[in-house]
Amino acid sequence: MNLPFFYACFGILIFLIGLIGLTLQPHILKKLISLNIMGSGIFLVFVALAKRAGLSADPIPHAMVLTGLVVSVSATALGIILAIRVKQLYGKAELPEDGR
Amino acid sequence: MDKTNQFHSFWGITLIVLVCLFGGMLFWSLWHIPEYSEGLSAMVTKHMPDSGVKSEVTAILLNFRGYDTLLEVAVLFAALLGAYQISPMHLDKSMVQSNPIMLYLIQYLVPIIILVSGYILWLGGHAAGGAFQAGAVLAGAGVLLLIVRPDSLNLKHSVYLNFILIIGPLIFTLFAFLPILTGGTILEYPRQLVGIMILLIEAASTLSIGFTLMLLFAGGRPPSGDN
Repeated sequence: MNLPFFYACFGILIFLIGLIGLTLQPHILKKLISLNIMGSGIFLVFVALAKRAGLSADPIPHAMVLTGLVVSVSATALGIILAIRVKQLYGKAELPEDGR
Repeated sequence: MDKTNQFHSFWGITLIVLVCLFGGMLFWSLWHIPEYSEGLSAMVTKHMPDSGVKSEVTAILLNFRGYDTLLEVAVLFAALLGAYQISPMHLDKSMVQSNPIMLYLIQYLVPIIILVSGYILWLGGHAAGGAFQAGAVLAGAGVLLLIVRPDSLNLKHSVYLNFILIIGPLIFTLFAFLPILTGGTILEYPRQLVGIMILLIEAASTLSIGFTLMLLFAGGRPPSGDN
């Protein structure tokens, strides 16, 4: 177990924490934050495993993470704008307890 | 404890068990990943002289895997279009500053941030940097102005603003499809012009990304200019 795998393990842990938050929190803003935490975990796994290439890290995962960051930022921004709209229309930015 | 709450905690525990199983699978697969892997880095190093830039990450983003980045710029634009449809710009006026130190600082800070953004853009050619980082820094300057002095930006829905927002995706698409005319394939830049083309794409994308992120922060479409 060397250093890249150590970081990748923490990336998976962060991903799982985000996954629990995403499914258990009814508030939309908390769901968005959880989604970002999940994303951070995945990015950490990618960047950590890129270091397996040796002294200079594999640049392809780095480029993919850079792409992912921008997509996650734009998705979050759109999600927050949607959440604000939900709050304006229904008075609260929460999903109902049981979704039926 | 009432019935709905019990129901909730039952599903909560089930979910945590499921997540633990899923996590176990992830750790198990991580355990089986080979300890040393070069990935595609040897291939990238081999083709670096053809890429027109000296930075490997920039070469991958704009050249080797240009298709990803083209779609990414489109995703950013689509997010802004979505925001435009949903709501008009709404800024919290209570944060507008009258603090003279802040107003004085802004005068010097914003030009410096714009310069740094340009420097990061240029840096993308040979080191870590490029359009997305530069665009994010540029958006930082815009957000600062939006919070502290929104009147100084005077954002209005206009042809110029639309042009800035579309120039990045437009130039990228144009340069991506241009090689078809000369019998090549999509994103196959001509060998002699590849450096300058990447620089142009990055510069245009920086402007578009900066303004797009700033408008996303502002929360939607700016007010119409004809009033």
